[in-house]
Amino acid sequence: MTPTTFIDHLPILPLAIPALAAPFALLAMRRRQGLGIAISLVSCLAMLGTALALMARVSDGTILAYELGDWPAPFGIVLVADRLAAMMLVLAATLALIALLHAVLTRADRKGWHFHPLFQFQLMGLNGAFLTGDLFNLFVFFEVLLIASYGLMLHGQGPARLKAGVQYVVINLVGSSVFLIALGLLYALTGTLNMADMGLRVAAIAPEDQGLLRIAALLLVSVFALKAAVAPLHLWLMRTYAVSTPAVAALFAIMTKVGVYSLIRVVPQVFGDGAGAAAWVPAPYLFPAAMVSAAIGFAGVFAARSMAEQAAYAVIGSTGTLLIAVAGWQAESLGAGLYYLMHSTLAAAALFLVADVVARRRGSFGDKAAPGPDFADRSIVGLMFMAAAIAATGLPPLSGFIGKLLILKSLTALPDWGWAWGVILTTTFIGVIGFARVGSAVFWKRTDQADATAPAASRADLAAPIIALALLAALSAGAGWASAYANAAAAQVLDPALSAAAVLREGAQ
Amino acid sequence: MNYEFLMASAIGVLVAGGIYLALRARTFQVVLGLTLLSYAVNLFLFASGRLVLNRPPIWDKAVAEYTDPLPQALVLTAIVITFGMTAFVVILALRSFLETGSDHVDGDTVPCDAQDAIADGDANADRGANQP
Repeated sequence: MTPTTFIDHLPILPLAIPALAAPFALLAMRRRQGLGIAISLVSCLAMLGTALALMARVSDGTILAYELGDWPAPFGIVLVADRLAAMMLVLAATLALIALLHAVLTRADRKGWHFHPLFQFQLMGLNGAFLTGDLFNLFVFFEVLLIASYGLMLHGQGPARLKAGVQYVVINLVGSSVFLIALGLLYALTGTLNMADMGLRVAAIAPEDQGLLRIAALLLVSVFALKAAVAPLHLWLMRTYAVSTPAVAALFAIMTKVGVYSLIRVVPQVFGDGAGAAAWVPAPYLFPAAMVSAAIGFAGVFAARSMAEQAAYAVIGSTGTLLIAVAGWQAESLGAGLYYLMHSTLAAAALFLVADVVARRRGSFGDKAAPGPDFADRSIVGLMFMAAAIAATGLPPLSGFIGKLLILKSLTALPDWGWAWGVILTTTFIGVIGFARVGSAVFWKRTDQADATAPAASRADLAAPIIALALLAALSAGAGWASAYANAAAAQVLDPALSAAAVLREGAQ
Repeated sequence: MNYEFLMASAIGVLVAGGIYLALRARTFQVVLGLTLLSYAVNLFLFASGRLVLNRPPIWDKAVAEYTDPLPQALVLTAIVITFGMTAFVVILALRSFLETGSDHVDGDTVPCDAQDAIADGDANADRGANQP
């Protein structure tokens, strides 16, 4: 079937919009900054609209397979839009709008040359990684989003960013090499790079090649774990996120989720029940690693010296909690995990943005977790921090509580649920103390020191974190619908036959 | 010794050298290590289509057997990406060295306040003095 109407081309739009917006923003920024910003904002809005339209189309369980150049699936490149992909697209576009709004309102985008084009390329990489049905293109889109993220991470310059930037780039280059080795092995074994096709072909691999298959699977999973910052591969994240421009760090909140998404996408599809020696290959390692990540993350929240660092540790902790839910590979816990994924991404972004709001108001004290002189809007910023902390730790009434509750409830089906409960509940408690410590130091205590460098107050920068918090509230209010969608997405992604049928279209149409 | 052995040992030596250099402390060695590693990966990807001698990758009337063209396309993509990345990391390492005064990937902490900055300055000065 040749796509004929505009609506059939919907899956390519999340790639085409930023790919077009980036060069135009680049051209416009040279002369008219306002126009460049407008292009960037309109592009993000269009992406959000497209993502919502895609979500509406796939919410009934359809899986859209878009064949680029109309080449049939195992030979050509496909984009696959299912419930999970649409959910991630909506999340990415929403987060991008919030981060972009904050960057524009705080004029952080004016600190370097190419913020908006890089931002658009970053989104193109993210959207591509969520949509692609081809393992090699997953690598390519990973590279696209990484290259853009290097630029964004270094945006604003300064020695601290450069130092962290070198480490971030080097670790990701090593990750890319390992990704390519895994791809080479998988291609040599199966003769295909299409995920759905590979999922069918791994079953036919000869017994003497099972060891190789297992190595390839573990290498691939390690790369995803590196991107997701799972312990012990999390060490790159803290400094990178803590020194990035806060609006960028807010967008980076979804970068670790790309790693988690890839795990959720690739493991059931390729290394599912039929994969012989590689069946559910990460299962024995992922569960303990996730628990260690949650523990390290929230211990870091407890020990952090600044609010941005605390937010970075909260990202690790929430990824760990999320992967505890994912690691069982059960539909119910995966669904709970996906709901928590939406929540934790927004909560991490809110934390980074609130940290920036505080840093902008405290002059030379920045976002350090130490008492400083009185600053503008202390009470309202304090309330925002409290709301963000409530969200990040998972206390009622915000959606983190519902997410953690769903995860805890679904985990009882697993044999090791006692460990998981212990880790999740303990880390929540440690996180609460950590946030309370920083909150009381920053917002309650004060020194009498006069700080001449405190910038003039403008309340515009409160907008983006408030929107993020409002979305978290909306996610709790709409929890029934959102978790039903997440459960449906989890059930769909755990049934690889569905997407194989949609992508390969054997004999149909 | 056949060419498969040659290929495999070449990849092995490159990976070993690459990993050794990538674990070094200074950015220049790390960049070289990453380059060696990417060469090894490119050769490995090329070999993933099986090693075939003297066969064309594209269709020709006179030829009955082909070599797999897909790994060649993949290698091309990988070369382009790693080339760009290497260029980027070289510039980044240079910038970082010029701005922080240290070419260590991980050695020095970022100065948090004046005290740290002074301590770091001393550490750098000492290290500089020990160099030939």
